[in-house]
Amino acid sequence: MTTGALYETKPLNCWAKAKEIREEYYRDYANAHENGGIRWAGGAWTFGAIPCGLGDDVWSLTSEPYGASIAANKLFSLRCLEATEKAGYARDLCSYMRNYWGSILLNEYAFGGPFPKPDFIWQDHICCSHAKWYQVVSDLEGGIPQFCIDVSVGPYHEINELKLDYVVGQMHDGIEWLQKTTGRTYDDAKLIEAVYQECRSTALWAEISCLNKAKPAPLDEKTMYSLYVLGTLMKHSKVVADFYEELRDEVRWRVDNQIAAIANERCRLMSDTQPPWGFLSVFRYLEQFGAISVGSLYTFGLIGMFEVKPDGTWGPRTTPQEQGIEITDREQALRILADWNLSKPEWQHFYSPHLKTEMMVRIAREWSLDGVILHYNRGCEGLSIGIAENRLGLIEAGYPVMTFEGNMGDEREFDLPKTTARIDAFMETLGIKEI
Amino acid sequence: MITAGIDMGSKTVKVVIVKDGEIVGKHMLLAGFEAQEAAETAFAASLEAAGLTADDIEAIVATGAGRKNAPHTDRDITEVGSGAKGAHHLYPAVRTVIDVGAEEGRAIRCTEDGKVLDFALNEKCAAGAGAFTEAMSRALEVPIEELGPMSLQSQNPTPMNAQCAVFAESEVVSLLHARTPKQDIARSVHDAIASRIVSLAKKVGFEPEVVFIGGVAHNPGFVDSLERALECKVIIPEDPEFIGAYGAALAAAES
Repeated sequence: MTTGALYETKPLNCWAKAKEIREEYYRDYANAHENGGIRWAGGAWTFGAIPCGLGDDVWSLTSEPYGASIAANKLFSLRCLEATEKAGYARDLCSYMRNYWGSILLNEYAFGGPFPKPDFIWQDHICCSHAKWYQVVSDLEGGIPQFCIDVSVGPYHEINELKLDYVVGQMHDGIEWLQKTTGRTYDDAKLIEAVYQECRSTALWAEISCLNKAKPAPLDEKTMYSLYVLGTLMKHSKVVADFYEELRDEVRWRVDNQIAAIANERCRLMSDTQPPWGFLSVFRYLEQFGAISVGSLYTFGLIGMFEVKPDGTWGPRTTPQEQGIEITDREQALRILADWNLSKPEWQHFYSPHLKTEMMVRIAREWSLDGVILHYNRGCEGLSIGIAENRLGLIEAGYPVMTFEGNMGDEREFDLPKTTARIDAFMETLGIKEI
Repeated sequence: MITAGIDMGSKTVKVVIVKDGEIVGKHMLLAGFEAQEAAETAFAASLEAAGLTADDIEAIVATGAGRKNAPHTDRDITEVGSGAKGAHHLYPAVRTVIDVGAEEGRAIRCTEDGKVLDFALNEKCAAGAGAFTEAMSRALEVPIEELGPMSLQSQNPTPMNAQCAVFAESEVVSLLHARTPKQDIARSVHDAIASRIVSLAKKVGFEPEVVFIGGVAHNPGFVDSLERALECKVIIPEDPEFIGAYGAALAAAES
């Protein structure tokens, strides 16, 4: 332990593996054709388990993490954003989308080489940007077959069989479309396996998030971004589920042995919405005060699937396999997949900011927070809608809140000195001094 | 106890010498490109005004945007903390502090004992700051000191739509071309800034009493706009631009 430190801290043993999985994902997609495989593109929220039925050589490029990867590379991002603006698209559109389109317009892949054109698009409409994103991609690429699933059936607590029928019906249509588009025969066994793995990986991420309730927190949010991202790339993959199991075991060990993410934890915070990816240094800035962001509804609930446990607290959602459910056919697999995804915490607040406030207050209580830092993210309408309402709800629940404006994918809308000045003032109001 | 507070603002440096809670010396200078040098000069001038030497000062606390570069300091506090401390010391009943300086506008909500409950700052935009009034006075070709009294003579205020200093300037030019009286344009400028500041105050849930600090508190036109928008009177200390430095000096006495 460092002299003067409150807790011992050490890097994650599985950190390098997480990096490898991510790099391999982007490489596999780019090289898919060389290896006789198929490429598809779609959002991180899409039902990615379904194209798995086309074979083991089907590789995806999920759009939001790709837009975030570009954002982290400030110079490339600026070129992408300017290329998109030059093509006539408005500057106030989703910044992930603008980065992504810019990458196509420049014909540059963020991981080297020309932009790898997808063979088909497999998307779901979670927000107004997702509905249009790939229409433009298809136009820019000279026409790419596209299938989109409408998921606007309301929050999970209102889900009924009819609503599930609506989503599952589209999934069935989508499988027929996939077969017709690719000329491949669909394998239900591969779908069933992918559904099992998706339930496993997303429940495991929820479990890992819950381990961060411990004091000191074993993970900080900046580190979690590099880990949760694997779920946004291929949540249906056994590679990711196996990795999350390994990670869960390591994080549990850290909790048991009081291994902290930061050496001087004395103030626990959460953030909200996607961070300004080019400026993750703000999380390191917090550490000067012994402050740690232990996560957020975004980091926990975009990939993690939760349920309320008998003691009233949030825990990982019980998977079908843990319930002893054996999936035997396509209809059952699709129904479980739809039900599972519609319970995603991050999905709920598209319908009401109050649902989001409830979940945020729950996190603040269960993760023992001292305050909240909200990113008024100009780059994402979907996740920042209602955030000012969330602020009021959190204040009413007794949690001090700091806000800052920025943009997850367009650094031109973020002001680092002003943000750190706000953090200084916020820490001062919390009575926290620099270490 | 004798302490000093140095407010390294974005445009000016203010130094205050405080003895047992009372200001005994103060000085303000443009920060310029050599803010540290300006602070040294202002520090020396305020010591001279107080009839003291540097050895008499027991503790120094800096505040302001450039506080990390202030000379001689023992520690620093933020503008939010110093503004609240200074205002609360002078007016213990204060619950909301509005601070409008050159580059930033802020609203601070305090408890009975002066603790900061919440604060809000203008975002990446000059629309709630003194720089906005300066830009508009240039567009109107009116000295900044005259902008406030001029706006009080407005007979027919014209709403200003722009929320950005750059667009507002072009709007002012358009209004001038439309032969709108300068008095009405000046009033519109102040109403526009006041509207931004009031939205910050409402964000923190403002309640009286309201103390208005910062250099823009010297502008009677803006004060009028602010009071109308807030629908309440504001208290303006004698030297509103020195309250941050004063709060820092008070903090120094506590350290």
